[in-house]
Amino acid sequence: MKDDQNGKSPIVEMIGITKQFPGVLANDNVDLELFPGEVLALLGENGAGKSTLMNILAGLYRADKGKILIKGEEAEIDSPKDAMKYGIGMVHQNFKLVPTMSVAENVVLGLDSENFVLDLQKVSSRIKEISHHYNLKVDPNSIIWQMSVGEQQRVEILKLIYRGAEVLILDEPTAVLTPQESGELNRIVKQMTGEGKSAIFITHKMDEVMEFSDWVRVLQKGKLVSVVKTEDTSPKELSRMMVGRDVLFRVEKKKATPGEVILELENVKAMNDKGLEALKGISFSLRRGEILGIAGVAGNGQRELTEVITGLHKVTEGRIIIDGKDMTNKSPLDLIKSGVSHIPSDRVAMGIVGDMSVANNLAMKEYRKAPLTQHGILNPGRILEMAKKMISSFMISTPAPYTSVKFLSGGNIQKTILAREIGACSTLLIAAYPARGLDVGATESVRKEMIAERDGGKGVLLVSEDLDELMSVSDRIAVMNEGRIMGIVDSAEADIESLGLMMAGVPMEEGK
Amino acid sequence: MRLVFEKRNSVSKKAIILVPVVSFLVSLILTGILLIIFRTNPFVTYASMFVGAFGSWINFTETLVKAIPLMLTGIGVGLAFRLRFWNIGAEGQLVFGGVAATWVALFWSNFLPPFLVLPTAILMGIIAGALWAGIPAFLKVYLKVDETLVSLMLNYVAILTAQGLYYGAWIDPNGMGFPGTKLFPKAAWLPRFSGRAHVGLFIAILLGLVMWVVLNRTKWGFEVKMSGHNPRAARVMGVNIGKTIITAILVSGAFSGMAGAFEVTAISHRLQQGLAIGYGYTAIIVAWMAQLNPIASLFVAVLMAGLLVGGDQVQMMMGLPAAMGIVLQGMILFPMLAGSLFTDYRLKIITKSTKEEAV
Ligand SMILES: Nc1ncnc2c1ncn2[C@@H]1O[C@H](COP(=O)(O)OP(=O)(O)OP(=O)(O)O)[C@@H](O)[C@H]1O
Ligand SMILES: [Mg+2]
Repeated sequence: MKDDQNGKSPIVEMIGITKQFPGVLANDNVDLELFPGEVLALLGENGAGKSTLMNILAGLYRADKGKILIKGEEAEIDSPKDAMKYGIGMVHQNFKLVPTMSVAENVVLGLDSENFVLDLQKVSSRIKEISHHYNLKVDPNSIIWQMSVGEQQRVEILKLIYRGAEVLILDEPTAVLTPQESGELNRIVKQMTGEGKSAIFITHKMDEVMEFSDWVRVLQKGKLVSVVKTEDTSPKELSRMMVGRDVLFRVEKKKATPGEVILELENVKAMNDKGLEALKGISFSLRRGEILGIAGVAGNGQRELTEVITGLHKVTEGRIIIDGKDMTNKSPLDLIKSGVSHIPSDRVAMGIVGDMSVANNLAMKEYRKAPLTQHGILNPGRILEMAKKMISSFMISTPAPYTSVKFLSGGNIQKTILAREIGACSTLLIAAYPARGLDVGATESVRKEMIAERDGGKGVLLVSEDLDELMSVSDRIAVMNEGRIMGIVDSAEADIESLGLMMAGVPMEEGK
Repeated sequence: MRLVFEKRNSVSKKAIILVPVVSFLVSLILTGILLIIFRTNPFVTYASMFVGAFGSWINFTETLVKAIPLMLTGIGVGLAFRLRFWNIGAEGQLVFGGVAATWVALFWSNFLPPFLVLPTAILMGIIAGALWAGIPAFLKVYLKVDETLVSLMLNYVAILTAQGLYYGAWIDPNGMGFPGTKLFPKAAWLPRFSGRAHVGLFIAILLGLVMWVVLNRTKWGFEVKMSGHNPRAARVMGVNIGKTIITAILVSGAFSGMAGAFEVTAISHRLQQGLAIGYGYTAIIVAWMAQLNPIASLFVAVLMAGLLVGGDQVQMMMGLPAAMGIVLQGMILFPMLAGSLFTDYRLKIITKSTKEEAV
C-alpha cells in the first residue's frame, strides 16, 4: 500500500485517526494516503466525518488517536500554522476572509514571516505573479465584500499558494459555485497537480468526482469503507458505497395538476443592500400544485426575490399577492402566518440559531402555536416529541435532540432547516438552493419532498443554479438575469442551451 | 511539554460552575497580594470579612439588606445582556425608581386609602425604572443609537435629579437643612422581618424563579433567546426584534426600579443621600458571574453583598480602606472574563509521547 504503481511515495499519510465528539465517534480508525501530483476525493454521507478528518489534518482539531506522516516523517500538527509549515492549507466551507480588507491585506494577514512594516507593494506584485501564473484573475487591490463567492474562493486558494501550500484541502468548494466557476476551479487544481502539488477535496457531486480526482476514499459513519481509483469506478457505484443502496439521480414525478394561483408578482421592484436596483420589474404567477424553478447565475436578484416574498426585504414598487391577498411589504410574521415557508440561501446566518438545541431549532416556526405553546407557555415535552419525529423522518444525524445545532455537520444543519420549513408549510414553499451541501441520498429525498409538497397542493418556488435539478424537479423554469426575468419555459421543453442563453442575458424571443 | 488551547466541542457543564468559583478564588489570591503590600495579614482580613458578613444572624441580615437590590438589579441587567443590549444604566433606573416611589409616599398618601400607598409607591417605582430603561431601548431600536453611552449618561441625569429634589423642592422643611425629604408616613413602609432585612427578599427570590421560568418556558423567553443568539435568523423566523428588545429592556429597568423603590420604602424611609451607592454597577458583575442565569444571580448577589458588608467591617476593625471589598469585587471580574476562555476552550497539556487532557 505504501507505493502507487508509479513508485511514488505518499506526501501525506494519516494512520488510524480516531476522533470522538460528545455522543459521536466522528472518525474511527481512518487511514488516508495522498500522493504528490494527485487529487483525492473524499466522499461520504452528511455527518460521515469528512470535515472532521480534514480539520485534523489542517490543525484545527486534534485526533484522539492516530498519527500523521508528512513525506514519511511523523508530524505534530497542533494549529493551522503548524499545518502550513508542512505545506498543508485548507479552504473551509465558510471562507475566513476579512470582508472590509483588500485581497493583498487578506493574503498577508496573520503571516509572521513578513517584516514588521508591511510592504504591500511587494505583496501585490507577488500576488500578480501567482495569479498570472495560474490565470486566476484576481486584483490584489479589490475589497473582499465586493467580490462574488467564486472570486473570494480564488482569493482563498491564492492565499494558500502564497504561503507555499503543497497540499490543498478544499471542503465542498463547489457547493456555492456556478458551473462555470466550478470548471475554472477544476482547471486551477489540474495545473497545480501538474506541478507536483496535490489536493484533497470533499464534494457531494458525483460528476465532479469523476472529473477532478485520481483516487476516491469513502467514509461511512466515521469509518473508511472503500478506497478506489477513480478510473475503476462509476457514479452509481460510488453512491452505493456511500449510502449502501442505489440512488436515483432523476426523480420520478407525475404530471403537475396546477390549481388556482397562489403567488402572483406584479412588476415588483426592489433595491439591494448597497442601494442599487436589484429587481427591475418582476412579474410571474405560480399555481398550487406547481413547482416554478428560478434559474440564473447567483447574484442576479434571486436573493432579493426570495426575500421580498418572505417579507424580509422592502418592495419599492409593484405588488405581491399570496392566496388572493395583497402581501406587499408585510412583516415576516404575517407571511409565516399565511403559511409561507422559507429555506434561506445562507443557512448558518439566517436559517438556524447555532447556540440553541436541535429540538428548539426545529420548533422555531411552530413554537407560536398549540400544541407547542398554550397561553404563551411552552411545552418542552411536546417540542421534544415533535423534534424526535422530525429527526427520524428527515434522518438528521445528531447525538441528541438537545445538542446545540452548531455542532452538526453542514448537511445535517441543512436537513434541520428543511424539516422545520417543510413541516410548517401550508401554502407556499420558497426554497433557495435546498440541496446545497446535501449528500446524494439526502438530495434525492429533498427533491422528492418538494414534489410531495407540490402534489399536496402547495406552490413551490425553487431557486437553484443546478440546471439538471431545475429540469428534473420543476414544472416551469424562469430565468433571471440582472434583476429581470428573461423568459419562462416549460421544463419538459427546456434545453440547457437556450436556458444558458437566457442566463447570459438574451431574452427568450431573441434567443429563439 | 506545552500547553494548547483547543476550542471546546460543547460548553462543559462543569465549567459553568467551576469558572465562577475559580475566578473567585483567584481574586482572593490577587487581593491577598495587595493586602500583603498593605502590610496586613490576608487570612486575618478574610476571616474578619467573613465574620463581618456571615458571622452572626445580625450581620447576615445586613448582608441580606444589600443582597436584595443586587438580586433585583442583577436579574434585570442579566436579561438585557441576554439580548446583547449593554444596559449599564441600572444605577440610574434604581435611583429613578426610588424617586418615583418617594413621590407617591410623600404626596399621594393623603389621597389614597392607607393599604394602597405602599403598593402604589412600589408600582410607580417599577414603572419609572422601566421608562428610564426604555429611553435607550427606543433610541437603539428606532434610531440605532448606541445604548451603552445613553444608559450610562442617564445614570447621571437620574442621580442629579434625585439630588436636586432632596436638596431643593422636596427637602424636609423641619430637617434643619439636612439634605433629604421628610420621613415617609408609616403606610409607605415596606415591612422588615429581622433587623433591617425586609420582605423584598422574598419578592426578589420569587421573581428570580419566575424569571427563570419565563426565560425557559415561555414563548417570549424563547424569542429573547433567539434574538440574543442570532438576530438575523430570529427575524427570518418572524420574530419582531425591536419589540423583543423593547419589552425585555422595559422589564430589565422594572427590576432596577423596584430595587430603588424597596430601598426608600424599606431602608431609608425617605429620599436622601446614599441611594446611588453603586448597586447598579455591581449588578453587572452579578449578572456576569451568574452567567445571566436569574436563579444563580440570587446566590451571587448574596456573595457580593457579603463582600460589601465584610469590606465595611474590616475598615472598622482593621483600619483598612473600606474600598477593600470593592477592590475584591473588581478583582473578581478579571478572572471571570479570563475564565470564559475556559468555558469555550479546553486546555491541553501536550508532551512528546502522550497527549493528555486537563481542565
Ligand atoms: N465541533 C463538534 N462538536 C461536536 N460534534 C461534532 C463537531 N464537529 C462535528 N461533529 C459531529 O461529528 C460528525 C461528523 O461531522 P463532519 O462535520 O465531519 O461531517 P461531514 O462528513 O463533513 O458532513 P457534511 O457532508 O454534512 O458536511 C457529525 O455527527 C457531527 O455532528
Ligand atoms: Mg462537512
